[in-house]
Amino acid sequence: MTLTLSDKDHEMLTGAHGAAAKMAMSILVRMAEISGAKELLDISGAHIDSTVYIGDAGLEFAERLASLGAKVSVPTTLNVSGLDEHHWKEWAVPPEWARQAQRQMTAYQSMGTIPTWTCAPYQTEMRPVFGQQIAWGESNAIVFANSVIGARTERYPDLFDVCCAITGRAPAIGLHLTENRAGKLLLNLKDIPEALQVSDDFYPVLGHFLGKAAHNMIPVIAGMKIIPNEDQLKALGAGAASSGAVALFHMVGITPEAPTIEAAFQGNKPQETSAITMEMLRQARRELTHTDNARLDMIVLGSPHFSLAEFKKLAPLVAGKKKNARVKFLVTSSRAMAQLAQQAGFLEHIQEFGAQLTVDTCILTTPMLPKEIEFLMTNSAKFAYYAPGLLDKKITFGSLADCVNSAIAGDIVRDETLWKT
Amino acid sequence: MENLMLIGKPVIAGRASGMALVSDQPLSFWGGYDWKSGEITDRRHPLSGMNAKDKILAVPFTRGSSTTTAVLLESIRAGTAPVAIITTATDFFFALASVVAGELYEKSFPLVALSDSNFSLLKNGDQIEILESGNLIVHSP
Repeated sequence: MTLTLSDKDHEMLTGAHGAAAKMAMSILVRMAEISGAKELLDISGAHIDSTVYIGDAGLEFAERLASLGAKVSVPTTLNVSGLDEHHWKEWAVPPEWARQAQRQMTAYQSMGTIPTWTCAPYQTEMRPVFGQQIAWGESNAIVFANSVIGARTERYPDLFDVCCAITGRAPAIGLHLTENRAGKLLLNLKDIPEALQVSDDFYPVLGHFLGKAAHNMIPVIAGMKIIPNEDQLKALGAGAASSGAVALFHMVGITPEAPTIEAAFQGNKPQETSAITMEMLRQARRELTHTDNARLDMIVLGSPHFSLAEFKKLAPLVAGKKKNARVKFLVTSSRAMAQLAQQAGFLEHIQEFGAQLTVDTCILTTPMLPKEIEFLMTNSAKFAYYAPGLLDKKITFGSLADCVNSAIAGDIVRDETLWKT
Repeated sequence: MENLMLIGKPVIAGRASGMALVSDQPLSFWGGYDWKSGEITDRRHPLSGMNAKDKILAVPFTRGSSTTTAVLLESIRAGTAPVAIITTATDFFFALASVVAGELYEKSFPLVALSDSNFSLLKNGDQIEILESGNLIVHSP
């Protein structure tokens, strides 16, 4: 099988559209060949995850493209950066890191991108539509775009998303193609009470379980008793894309490519079928907690970035209350969403409670947490999964209400009622 | 001492040899690999605490974050990367790191895909030689 390129692809490859397009297309073609693509296809949107500052190599890559005059050719949003430009000095971010992260932000902004600085680009004005071909990085965004919206992106890594954005092309492989979007693994929810399905902490736990159970198959979840809201599906996807490699899941009767089980499998039989039991979910919930200590230094919310609906949910939980003075309480979001929450009057309650807000980045992508913060609590499976390895912190998982109650109490308290039944 | 020849697919062709670090669990380099030292830091992974610098890393595929490629690229630049990686299917994230390291630093590394059954024959501590063809010579101590 050989790769056939269009005339314009050839022109880009030979440098007729500038040196940056040449570099991007040469990487794209090499990866298309490695992936066994027969051709490239047009995309009409991109999301660049490469904005996350890691070190000199990623910065050199960004600045090389920028210095060659790189410009994106499709509407392109930017993922979280390595810096909250306005508030980083309030935290433990080293000035040298801030300078380098800022350089990386500048490089990607110079390419004509939209500086959304969020890991939830699907909750901005740039939300893609059903069937749209896009090239997205950021694991939680990829799984949301594919599963909840029905847009089409392969699971793309950093450094590649920008090559697609510059060229407007992507390899015709994987989840871009209808036949590769069929479910493979059927997972039936077995005796999972409706009261738990309504609860927000069900979804990160289900996601964490799903990522491990799916291995490298597209999972199909059947047996939901309620219709989850968008933020619940977002939490599920983020959990599954952290513990596993899930880039697309179907939920029967809920996600757009799964009106029925048959549709989810495109008329084929599942390769494997199994049940999801309460005991499996209890085990998954235990795995999300990485300490048995009840000590609490800080609550961290907002991975993926908090939406307006999540601010709306948090506001009445904290209104008129004060957190314990010893405990920090942080919400991470995008600057656009924070502004909307401000206008809607939600932020006022949250700030009076004693919470802080960080925008454009999160605790995983900027070194903001001081050393003395050791014990974290979160409602996010993604924070729970990565905090031990990335930050060397202990973390406890709980519901949003558990997080608020713990912040008030000053140590970890969790309501176990829904998980016991 | 037993020598085993395994047929592999050269996703990125090249020669390498070294001691194998093997797990049947997928790995995310973001939050799972310290590019400053080469230590595997995913505290939920069986290889947690092991150092993969100059080793041949064998994991079935990448899981998790899109940033895995960027972290691997940093480790190649810093000299803390595995000398080669073995997976069970073409892994886009690892392959891209090798392609970009070639583009930026002329430091691409070999990447080999094995069948599930061949992959399951690899053990921690094996000495592996990767040939240009993608085939492996495995010495089990």
